[in-house]
Amino acid sequence: MTTTVDAPAPDAPAPVRAPVSVTRRYIAAGTFILLGLIDIFVFGLFAHRGDAVFALSLPGATPKLPGIHVPGALTAYLLGAISIGLGILRAVVDLPRWGKRLTIAIALLCFLLSLLAWADAGSTVGPLQVIDLLQGTLTASIPLVLGALAGLMCERSGVINIAIEGQLLTGAFAAAAVASVTGGVWLGLIGGSLTGGLVGVILAVFAITFLTDQIIVGVVLDVIALGLTNYLYNRVMVPYANTWNAGNTFGTVKVPVLGNIPIIGPVFFDSNVFLYITYALILIIQIGLFRTRWGLRVRAVGEHPVAADTVGIRVRWTRYRNVILGGLIAGIGGAYLTVGSVGFFTSNISSGFGYIALAAMIFGRWTPLGSVAAALLFGFSYQLQTELSVLRVPVSSFILLMAPYVATIIAVAGLVGRVRPPAADGKPYVKA
Amino acid sequence: MSDQPEAEPPAAPYVPAATTTAEDTGAPAPGQPRGRQPLTGNAIIRAVTEGHSVVITILAVLVALLVGAVLIVASDPVVLRAWNSFGYAPGTAFSATWTSVSAAYSALFEGAIFSPGAISAAFHGGSIAAIFYPLSLTAFEATPLILTGLSVAVCFRAGMFNIGAAGQWIGGALVATWLGYAVNLPIVLHAVVCIIGAFIGGAIIGWIVGEIKARTGAHEVILTIMLNYVMYNFLAFVLSSQSLMQAPHQSNAVAPSIDGNAMLPHVGGPPPQVGVGFLIALAAAAATAWLLSRSTLGFEFRTVGASPSAARSAGIGVERVWVLAFLIAGGLAGLSATTIVQGQTAPLTTTSYGTYGFDGITVALLGRARPLGVVLAGLLFGALNAGGTVMEAATGVPADVTNVIEALIVLFVAAPPLIRLLFRLRSTRGAGPQAVTSKGWSG
Repeated sequence: MTTTVDAPAPDAPAPVRAPVSVTRRYIAAGTFILLGLIDIFVFGLFAHRGDAVFALSLPGATPKLPGIHVPGALTAYLLGAISIGLGILRAVVDLPRWGKRLTIAIALLCFLLSLLAWADAGSTVGPLQVIDLLQGTLTASIPLVLGALAGLMCERSGVINIAIEGQLLTGAFAAAAVASVTGGVWLGLIGGSLTGGLVGVILAVFAITFLTDQIIVGVVLDVIALGLTNYLYNRVMVPYANTWNAGNTFGTVKVPVLGNIPIIGPVFFDSNVFLYITYALILIIQIGLFRTRWGLRVRAVGEHPVAADTVGIRVRWTRYRNVILGGLIAGIGGAYLTVGSVGFFTSNISSGFGYIALAAMIFGRWTPLGSVAAALLFGFSYQLQTELSVLRVPVSSFILLMAPYVATIIAVAGLVGRVRPPAADGKPYVKA
Repeated sequence: MSDQPEAEPPAAPYVPAATTTAEDTGAPAPGQPRGRQPLTGNAIIRAVTEGHSVVITILAVLVALLVGAVLIVASDPVVLRAWNSFGYAPGTAFSATWTSVSAAYSALFEGAIFSPGAISAAFHGGSIAAIFYPLSLTAFEATPLILTGLSVAVCFRAGMFNIGAAGQWIGGALVATWLGYAVNLPIVLHAVVCIIGAFIGGAIIGWIVGEIKARTGAHEVILTIMLNYVMYNFLAFVLSSQSLMQAPHQSNAVAPSIDGNAMLPHVGGPPPQVGVGFLIALAAAAATAWLLSRSTLGFEFRTVGASPSAARSAGIGVERVWVLAFLIAGGLAGLSATTIVQGQTAPLTTTSYGTYGFDGITVALLGRARPLGVVLAGLLFGALNAGGTVMEAATGVPADVTNVIEALIVLFVAAPPLIRLLFRLRSTRGAGPQAVTSKGWSG
């Protein structure tokens, strides 16, 4: 995949990379070994006697799959050894990029599995509900994925979108209100999306036409969204809850054939329409950005607007369109928070998901699939915390909730390397 | 003036040093030694420090109040009913609208500045202190906002965006609370120790951000947002564990009350709460003003904020400035926590941080990142907050409307072209839209 406009600076001193990547190699190796040691000395030594059971089908589901029984301590020792081995491998050999990614994935998986084995071994509460965990991960990720995609749409065209949080919040509010007044959840979804788009319009007008600092506009729009939804919630929704906040929700739709596959079915194909919309949007944006003329133009505008303008691409129009499209997507994510899950709007229901989505987008290096992976990581940690508290694990849930944010800091600070935003991101374009 | 677009392509090195190539670009990104890249632009400083006059600020306040009025009217059932029967009784519709808005805004004014009722009562033998009661509430509300505003402003001046005042606030609050209940010291000394502790606690959290940014070039916006969530959860963790900071025999996540010796005294009895906290805020503003405009360090801050590459050429350690700016910013946010933790009798809870961190951003923006401006902006927002509470009690209009008004003021102030357009003002500096260029994630 190449962008036609992203010409490297002629004096790019490429060899400078070497010393930094050596340091990074040792950081990565050290991290893997540390994870392995935790696997062995924390999860292994402190595991209760007995097997950890991973249930692979939901209670009462047909067909019923047998659960997987593994000895808790032994599993942790084994996985820890794998992780340490990978660390040594990383330190000794300079792997190609896919190899590095694979080792990161395996080390994290080892850590996670030993954590789960430790948590469930000898548990009196019952087996670990793997399906529940994965299902919950996906649903918890929906607003994050949609928010990250919304941010991506804006930033690829060169407009920073800190207003994702505000778009989610207003989208959630509008979706609940519209669905409640009209009685139609689909109208709620559309209303939520349009409201997110409206916030996008405001962002676009200020950022593109009035050339206001985009980070400032974004933060201010978030504050306005919070104040406005709180105001209307207290003024209208609380006193007239039956009319304005009746709590309509979408039902679940099982995909005919795919939904019956064991494990995969209940996790991926047995949810409400928002999950399917999310699949579609991920695909459309990934393919659209990198395989179509539209995507090439958007990226051209985001990387080098002067060059794009020279070849006749309308820079401001492209940015307007993308920012508004992004707003519409974030609005759907907001609608999920109300009509897609709990139904009712409550004060500050988005509770910072927009900022997490922003981090996921940056973590994912401004690519759709990367953002989705990062959003899934956050979603997983929320759900893991829920599952572990069900198993009565003696670790404070707050520590677990803290983990993804610490992971992001570590990742942003070095493990994944420097991320490079679109070159013209945040810079208003004024035609010369 | 704004950066001309044609000035951008030659400035190719603003692309940050990327040690790995971006995924979708076949060409290797221009690599530079880590920490050597001109990372922050000067535009954000310009956006907040110049380009708008007092006139624009006043007009922005008026427009924001107007929008607030529309909000109040549009959600008032009485007014809506009156407008529904506009055809029969047009006068009623207008008078209902006027009654609704004027009742709300006069309650806002009386809650924030002074109430004529209290003055006439004072003439008839009432309490004179009651006249100043609303003003004291305004000062009380303004205190933490001024301090977080200063925190954000210091970073703005050094060319960085501090969204992390909330996390730094928590850092300060935890240290101040712990010193407040766990240590036994004589009066005055105890309070001073707590204040210094809060400054250090906040500064540590700020320092983490500056240090990571200086060492790895990670963007401070992401670092501060993440650190905020780390601190929210850390606060909840510490306050919900009996072996850490949870109050004994409590099932709620609450810290123990701090020692009376550590409390900041109030001037003029309990209800008018012009505490020592307000004086701390003013002193901090004066100190920040001195730091920024009179000290060598402040000069370095401003130079780095204006142009990191120029600062580097001049021999200023840009990374050192980033670290120190965040350290001081964190300390100021920690002081903000002091005024709440030691200024109120309520103990620290998992939601004590409120919205001080975010409000600090709007205060700093409105105050154009200058200490005097921050104090004035903090007082304005303090007045709106104090008045909003009274308005809600008196008229039932939710106080949240003042948050909308505050944010709108900042939005309009940040976009002078809009206000100029609305009021047909002539641009003070040449024709065309007055650009306040912004910086991207990296340049």
